[in-house]
Amino acid sequence: MRIALFVTCLADGLFPQVGQATVRLLERLGHEVTFPQAQTCCGQMHTNTGYLREALPLVRRYVDVFEDCDLIVVPSGSCTGSVRHQHAMVARRFGDEALARRAGDVAARTYELSELLVDVLGVEDVGAYYPHRVTYHPTCHSLRLLRVGDRPLRLLRKVAGIDLVELPDAAVCCGFGGTFAIKNGAVSTAMLADKMRSVLATGAEVCTAGDSSCLMHIGGGLSRLNAGTATVHLAEILASTQDAR
Amino acid sequence: MSTFLGMPTAPRGVGHLRGEQPFPVAARAALADTQLRRNLARATRTIRAKRAAVVAELPDWEELRAAGQAIKQHTLAHLDHYLEQLESQVTAHGGTVHWARDANEANRIVTGLVADTGATEVVKVKSIVTDEIGLNEALAGAGITAHETDLAELIVQLGHDRPSHILVPAIHRNRAEIREIFLREMDDVDPGLTDTPAALAEAARRHLRRRFLAARVGISGANFAIAETGTLCVVESEGNGRMCLTLPDTLITVMGIEKVIPAWRDLEVFLQLLPRSSTGERMNPYTSMWAGVTPGDGPRRFHLVLLDNGRTAALADPAGRQALHCIRCSACLNVCPVYERTGGHAYGSVYPGPIGAVLSPQLTGVEDNASLPYASSLCGACYDACPVRIDIPSLLVHLRARHVEEAARARRVPSAEAAAMAAASWVMASPARYAAAQRAGRSGRALRRGGRIRWLPPPLSAWTAARDLPAPPAQSFREWWRHEHGDADGTAG
Repeated sequence: MRIALFVTCLADGLFPQVGQATVRLLERLGHEVTFPQAQTCCGQMHTNTGYLREALPLVRRYVDVFEDCDLIVVPSGSCTGSVRHQHAMVARRFGDEALARRAGDVAARTYELSELLVDVLGVEDVGAYYPHRVTYHPTCHSLRLLRVGDRPLRLLRKVAGIDLVELPDAAVCCGFGGTFAIKNGAVSTAMLADKMRSVLATGAEVCTAGDSSCLMHIGGGLSRLNAGTATVHLAEILASTQDAR
Repeated sequence: MSTFLGMPTAPRGVGHLRGEQPFPVAARAALADTQLRRNLARATRTIRAKRAAVVAELPDWEELRAAGQAIKQHTLAHLDHYLEQLESQVTAHGGTVHWARDANEANRIVTGLVADTGATEVVKVKSIVTDEIGLNEALAGAGITAHETDLAELIVQLGHDRPSHILVPAIHRNRAEIREIFLREMDDVDPGLTDTPAALAEAARRHLRRRFLAARVGISGANFAIAETGTLCVVESEGNGRMCLTLPDTLITVMGIEKVIPAWRDLEVFLQLLPRSSTGERMNPYTSMWAGVTPGDGPRRFHLVLLDNGRTAALADPAGRQALHCIRCSACLNVCPVYERTGGHAYGSVYPGPIGAVLSPQLTGVEDNASLPYASSLCGACYDACPVRIDIPSLLVHLRARHVEEAARARRVPSAEAAAMAAASWVMASPARYAAAQRAGRSGRALRRGGRIRWLPPPLSAWTAARDLPAPPAQSFREWWRHEHGDADGTAG
């Protein structure tokens, strides 16, 4: 299948390895990946901080860029959630019903990575190899906005060599929340402290998730403590093989 | 020429809907209180597990939630009709109905009614709405002492404290602290009081029994009011509410106008949703219902005060009005990772937690509670737990947008944040500008130490105070793609 990648601004600028892993994984599974280069950002940061007027051109850009694509993959539950649950709302707030309808159509063809793999491509064993002790943090928006359920875990369980360990209180937010991490830095850090406690209790070398943003938060805390546990995006684990990581 | 400025909000200077400090400042003090953190973590964890167990028992829980939401939507859409029906039914059953547009009016009405009886003391059923309007202070101003009779409210009152949870107002206290408060403040306490739960409950029981038997006036809120029959309903766990509702000669009930429901059969839905969501029980121990007065049985005089206090302003916002669906179960508090760490006081309002963050700013006007819509990571746990399906995360975003719009109108020069957001939008609206900004951002690599950034200037210092940031990579994804594929969007061949 021909799949368009919406890499997200965060992965584009800070975590290019996540986009590269998504491309490598899908190509290995026999699919053709495109990258519409006119893409920028889904506008979630603006929307969630209350700047809906500033989000509007970004919504329009997403719709314009991806409207002709049959299938769109996003290595982020949060950005997929914004496309699916906020784009049409932002357009309607400024009375642009036509854009809202178009946004709804594009959103229906936009999938988070684990949704695409399990639901659209019908694959759980992607042929990955990852000989590490790993714990999975289900990010809030993939869990409660997208309802990805155990799809990421089904994918991870099929990875050869992996030692997958359950994360205590997994469904509790890590405290990122976009600009919440800045505006309410102290509360955000308190939530992060509890999340790190859970991650470290598993003895995992790697904490994985489907969102670079949450991983940037958890990883930023673990790095500050020199805790010896890394954060790695789900796409990177699924893209790893015996030949090369 | 007069301009319509919108429906009036709850007035300033009365009641408890506004905090003295913005949420992030108040939260910092709470986060440092280790006893509070431990009490809250234990209490919310216990109640979460209880709720999850009793909710899982019901195969039609989702249908019940949808029914609760539908009844509330219908009622609010016809609120004028149901309130007038309630008034006529209560009146027909011998009660008197009073309409209060705000806290000051309600306090004046209630104080006047109590003064008319000549009583200088009243007993109170646990009620958030009377705390919302600051009724106890208003009564005290008229020389009337209000005695809280709910155990937790009694602890809060004796401790000269504020409630910190909708259902469990003293959730921030443990039993050692409660024993100290009782020993210090209860005139009739046994000096040998221990901190076992049974001993503390017995001390409160003896203390309160005297109040119940002496009281001539009782004051309550209401969980539901049935328009069809004029029936008021209070659900509780202790039976102390039942004492206040039945023993005094005069009963005064203050209720927010959103508490009305159309018919008896609607209670079937809410009496399943409420106890399971709030205390994690299949059914609450005491459900008291009454319509007007019944000669020879219970109070001889009944007054119902219908309170607006900003509710019509909330109703006027098509997106915001769903906050009025709330049945005050507090399930959203118990699942909220923010509330669990800060407790209720940080919210500055009698309505804390996620529902408070969307209700308080609507009752007061967003500008008076501007920090509350941001007091959430938008994790969505509250929406999943809400028994009447209030989409709190979307409401929070809606109120943030209202705040941003109102703040922009109020100032001539945009705030630093607004300017940054506008700049980011301008940059990201164009791939060329965006790629240029990425290249410029790479100068941040100068700050890196061992591949990570450990310090950034304000406001980003709020991030690096506790968290590292990866240094920008030498090549962005789009640069890598262009390197591999040139200008083409697709894969070569």
